[in-house]
Amino acid sequence: MTNSIKELETTDLILATGTNTTENHPVVAKMVKRAVKFNGAKLIVIDPRKIDLVRYADLWLRQHPGTDVAVFNGLMHVILNEGLEAKEYIRERTEGFDALKEVVAKYTPEYVESISGVPAKDLVRAARMYAQAPRAAIIYAMGLTQHITGTDNVKSVANLAMLCGNVGIEGGGVNPLRGQNNVQGACDMGALPNVFSGYQSVESLEARDKFERAWKTKLPDKSGLTIVEMMHAAVEGKIKAMYIMGENPMLSDPDLTHVEEALKSLDFLVVQELFLSETARLADCVFPVASFAEKDGTFTNTERRVQRIRKAVDPPGEAKADWEIIAQVATRMGYPMDYHSAEDIFEEIRKVTPSYAGISYERLEQGGLQWPCPTTDHPGTRFLHKDKFTRGKGLFTAIEYIPPAELPDEEYPFLLTTGRVLYHYHTGTMTRLSRGAVERYPESRAEINPVDARRLNIGEGDEIRLTSRRGEVRVKATITEKSPPGVVFMNFHFHEAPVNILTNPALDPIGKIPELKVCAVRVEKVS
Amino acid sequence: MGDKIEIIIDERKVFAEPGETILHVARREGIFIPTLCHYPGTTNVGACRMCVVEVEGMRSLVAACAMPVSPGMRIKTDTKRVRDAQRIILELLWAAGDHNCLTCEKNGACELQDLIYRFGIEEPRFKITPPGYEKEETSVMIARDLNKCILCGRCVRACNEIQVNEVLDFSYRGSRAKVGPAFDTDYRSSECYFCGECVDACPVGAITFKPARFKGRPWEERKVKTTCTYCGVGCQMDLHVFDGKVFKVSGNAAYGEPNGGSLCIKGRFGLEFIHHPARLRVPLIRRKKGGDLEEATWEEALDFVAQRLREIKEKYGANSIAGLASARATNEENYIFQKFIRGVIGTNNVDHCARL
Repeated sequence: MTNSIKELETTDLILATGTNTTENHPVVAKMVKRAVKFNGAKLIVIDPRKIDLVRYADLWLRQHPGTDVAVFNGLMHVILNEGLEAKEYIRERTEGFDALKEVVAKYTPEYVESISGVPAKDLVRAARMYAQAPRAAIIYAMGLTQHITGTDNVKSVANLAMLCGNVGIEGGGVNPLRGQNNVQGACDMGALPNVFSGYQSVESLEARDKFERAWKTKLPDKSGLTIVEMMHAAVEGKIKAMYIMGENPMLSDPDLTHVEEALKSLDFLVVQELFLSETARLADCVFPVASFAEKDGTFTNTERRVQRIRKAVDPPGEAKADWEIIAQVATRMGYPMDYHSAEDIFEEIRKVTPSYAGISYERLEQGGLQWPCPTTDHPGTRFLHKDKFTRGKGLFTAIEYIPPAELPDEEYPFLLTTGRVLYHYHTGTMTRLSRGAVERYPESRAEINPVDARRLNIGEGDEIRLTSRRGEVRVKATITEKSPPGVVFMNFHFHEAPVNILTNPALDPIGKIPELKVCAVRVEKVS
Repeated sequence: MGDKIEIIIDERKVFAEPGETILHVARREGIFIPTLCHYPGTTNVGACRMCVVEVEGMRSLVAACAMPVSPGMRIKTDTKRVRDAQRIILELLWAAGDHNCLTCEKNGACELQDLIYRFGIEEPRFKITPPGYEKEETSVMIARDLNKCILCGRCVRACNEIQVNEVLDFSYRGSRAKVGPAFDTDYRSSECYFCGECVDACPVGAITFKPARFKGRPWEERKVKTTCTYCGVGCQMDLHVFDGKVFKVSGNAAYGEPNGGSLCIKGRFGLEFIHHPARLRVPLIRRKKGGDLEEATWEEALDFVAQRLREIKEKYGANSIAGLASARATNEENYIFQKFIRGVIGTNNVDHCARL
């Protein structure tokens, strides 16, 4: 997030798009609802599904899945057309505006309606509402990013925010709500194929030199493979061994049949896990690990806040913290890693990661700190790009709308979109062991619109079969207007109904994120 | 902030901001005023009347939680008139419910119990006549015993004003008044999201964290402040530990940002995996390709992995190996992991499921 969660409660307008906030980030949703109910904030929801947040919205734009760029270009078209843009801000703090203006010129409300299904008059109202709010925050999640145009979508919301001068101010911003406890931290720490910790490029001679000296070893100079590329490479026989620390690609990744083939074609697979997950079952070695309640360390939340976790109980049996295991394997491979505690490692992180340099375990005792925090007397950063963008000028990117990679056709007439439900988390390895979550949501459900259900003679709870070009899944149906006609929603928490058998592994060319939010399926009642 | 207001509480001159309540100022100054229905972050309703004080020039006692200070106000918090009024409220509350501390989950952390003790009330003055409601045991997460409810309305305000889930409200009137979901149904058949805010808000044993029942007493437990392991919000929470087990989770408003004490169903009720019997306890290795996973010592498993990775690196090169770090693991672990893949294996093939 460019800004902080707390600011949502006191801002003037919130635009929520591609985030089912009440289910996936309930505590953020609380702030949004409080802003609307008690502080007079306006709420615009742009989402194909009639999510809970719609109940609190002043305006809801229900676009066809995957048409986000068109909608955002349309909003900007109206804003420019009516002269509501932040002219001084654009002139002084940004660049690339003319190219943007040129591209959005053709996205008239009528043209956008023809692509997205959003009524032209609603688009105009939303544009005015957003542009006229003194401070407006955009929140988004995977509904925006899990498309082949994921990067385009994010750049589009950034364009919109900059157009109205909403970046670099309190209560504004472009705010991704991250789905996993430490996905921010994993990125910050360089668990990515192209950067070291602090986003220092592996292809930069200077950065490599710095890390070679710090780690006293020679480092590779070319970016590596992303997760989906690794799976392809494994099938092709180019990747022979994988080391997986606490992930379950056998349920979370698109096109599971392909993932299974990839993992099975490896010569050697190591997995560090809490449980014998679907992925761990395929491993040649499984190391038992400590859970978050059984070790010390830090997580970095979606607003860049570094916070402590603390050991409360001992791990079961002989399980060890992930870092201890990695350190021991490294040592046995001839590279001694002699850390005595998580804090030892954190001290090393501080030395090589400028944005974390001012953070220490001692300071974290007083509460979390938001990076960038370059020095020990720096209070941390509540919101980014204040007065000046990190890169200098805010860059507008002119973006054309591109349709999703696989759309419904005669053979596969429904559009399938995926996500999570309130009660479960990711691949369910943790929540499905909690009695409470199971009580509320014991088995997977596919959500289908009443109109479609009637036409296909599907009743509440009937078993249906979803078939895509990649496979089929059987699941019970829930009939709800939450799904628009022609769209089926499914979660990916249940291995009994693994929706990622169906999903399309087509990737965003830059972010390499798979298009989990749109693929074409056939829906049939199982008789 | 406007100009400070000077007021006098218990013969002490204190300064206050305009608009502050008497209770707020007194708390800051360390002056004891008992409360039951007051709940920070929600509207001051003045429902329980426990916080009454004398204000010079006012005929009746006033509720400190709802009365804003004004210049020159002279307040007395510890007079016989005040204490008598508070005592009778406690005695009436005691009589109106089934406050049997022996088996109450809230024993030792109950605000009613604390006040009755503090006021030195040795035995109930009035006949105890609990309303005789059936206990609600339908959910595995939250238990309700409205025979212990003092109708302070904290759960209602927590639900509507803090979480804005709008599930709880008052129903019926007078002595039959009760709190709960619409149509007086149980939580399980209601629209409840089981965020558990009402559990933290309840001052007595009426709404409790059911999985913790009989698992530990407040004076036996250790609370460990930590960060929730589920989504990216990073809620701060307390793990309640006794006998080597995490048996309860609660929010803590004092921890401030990012969550201000609120949690959701996953963080509060979704941690049973920690002590689940399916947790892995020893390393497993596949000694023969195509064979089963078998238990191994750490020594054997670590050597096995180090040796196989070395062999593959020598035979096919470092780029034939790839690693997936984890959005679930700590910063320290992710850092070490990429250092291991880059520095020890010698490839940049490292990623994690940020995109999923």
